Amino acid sequence: MDDLSNFISHFFSPAAWSFLKAIGEACMTPLGFLIWTTLLKSAILLGIILGLVSYTVYAERRVSALIQDRLGPNRVGWQGLLQPIADAAKLLFKENFTPKNANYFYFRLAPKLVMIPPILVMGVIPFGSSLFGVPMTIASINVGAIYVLAISSISVYGIVLAGWASNSKYPFLGGIRSTSQMISYELSLALSIVPVFMVVGSLNLNTIVQYQVEYGWMIAPFWPQGMSWDSLLHPTAAWQAILAGIKLRHLLLWIPLIISFFIFFVSMFAETNRLPFDLPEAEQELIGGYHTEYSSMGFALFFLGEYTAMIAGASVITTLFLGGWSFPLIPDGSHGWFWGLVNIAVFFAKIIALLFIFIWVRWTLPRFRYDQLMKLGWYFFFELAVVNIFLTALILTYSK
Amino acid sequence: MAFVVNRKKLTLAEKLYLPAILSGLAITWKHMKRALFGKGIITMQYPEEKWDKNLPAWYRGAPTLVKDETGRERCVACQLCEFICPPRAITIEPMEIPDESRWRKVEKKPREFDIDMTRCIYCGLCEEVCPEQAIFLRKDYSITGLSRDQMVHHKDKLYEMGGVMNGLVIKWNEKK
Repeated sequence: MDDLSNFISHFFSPAAWSFLKAIGEACMTPLGFLIWTTLLKSAILLGIILGLVSYTVYAERRVSALIQDRLGPNRVGWQGLLQPIADAAKLLFKENFTPKNANYFYFRLAPKLVMIPPILVMGVIPFGSSLFGVPMTIASINVGAIYVLAISSISVYGIVLAGWASNSKYPFLGGIRSTSQMISYELSLALSIVPVFMVVGSLNLNTIVQYQVEYGWMIAPFWPQGMSWDSLLHPTAAWQAILAGIKLRHLLLWIPLIISFFIFFVSMFAETNRLPFDLPEAEQELIGGYHTEYSSMGFALFFLGEYTAMIAGASVITTLFLGGWSFPLIPDGSHGWFWGLVNIAVFFAKIIALLFIFIWVRWTLPRFRYDQLMKLGWYFFFELAVVNIFLTALILTYSK
Repeated sequence: MAFVVNRKKLTLAEKLYLPAILSGLAITWKHMKRALFGKGIITMQYPEEKWDKNLPAWYRGAPTLVKDETGRERCVACQLCEFICPPRAITIEPMEIPDESRWRKVEKKPREFDIDMTRCIYCGLCEEVCPEQAIFLRKDYSITGLSRDQMVHHKDKLYEMGGVMNGLVIKWNEKK
């Protein structure tokens, strides 16, 4: 090691070398270590997310084509795999047009406000257990879930601003629809996950995932404690462990958690403006809604923002209900870097499965009518979510 | 008379809407699964696969000029097609047929006959109006060019695309 550093030092002036050494030492102090690992994690996660976004667009086009008995984009590269890159190049070279009577500042601000919040949401999501002892969360904060809800609602401002600043009637209608839709669904979205916090007793997303590692995923909370590969080799012990996992309390808790999952999942469709709740951008009625007046990268940011929101939404659903990075019988990252990578892969596999469901539902269901959507939000999901909280409280109080 | 449409009472399953969603998802899943293995896909890979053989006889492609079986230009430069053409794609410059020509009694033929294919709307009115059955819409549909000039079909090109058309117009037969 010393030989190597001596060798490298020949390439630098003494002053520069001592500066580099100082930086190297600063990186090994606890604070320095935290800073550089966090920056590295952020960069890698951002890269993965943006890559996933562009290939979600590709997947959307291919899957929709298959569902409609078509082929979809299959020309650029093998099976059209380079299509997202070609699309990005095309959008970059287009003219970035601002309408004459648009409010320039807000018109340009709006696309950024749609794209950034979903990326910020990813900052608190535990996307893996740990790798080389570094926890795979960028920020493990105690208000994680509240942060997710607060930040993800910001993107509605982007849509409303775009609708207003474009100074055009279709974006305006899209903006209005978006506002009322968000008010109807944010309530049930936030209230529906309260049972999860009541069961776990924490808002920290890491703690929620850790709970699910021990007791099983929130949508099936029966995972027996102490189950491992070894116990599978002894059938009687395994059977007893499984029976021990099924308790009356868990069976009862299952009901509110399934309801909670259902409401959250459906509200997430509304939150991300996906069909059947894509009223703000209804192509047939509003010729694109809030992004009608946008071209080039302004449009691309709205378009990719929608898919980033889908990914953020899918990762929140995964973290809260589908066990985050955990999978039965797969140990966490403390057993070696390989398992750490497997955990990350499991997390992204779950996200991709959810994204597929998002796409699948989009190409199956027609759009809700406006009053039907409001009715569903206010008369049905809101009440169900409130009742669900009390149901959970009763079960938690009276069952052991 | 008032006519009352009886509304069906919805069952609980229909009111819940969920079974309908699930059956819809099942249908799309079935289609996707089938299409994934290449079955039931109706897409035609255009430049490689074409529908040319199945074009109907009355297909309206690019307008062309035709000659008769003796090699005479059927067009007599009456300019009816030029006048009826809705987008004014046709420009004709007539000329007199010289005395020594075998077809002197026809009197006129086009010196220039230009169809601007950037303007043509393939309506077929020129074919309909032509008293001499000289202009026909053939089956060429992908007319391309790198400039506006290339998109103008001149007389030579029109005769080359049109070729020979037999039958019907016989009034210029010299034996008559």
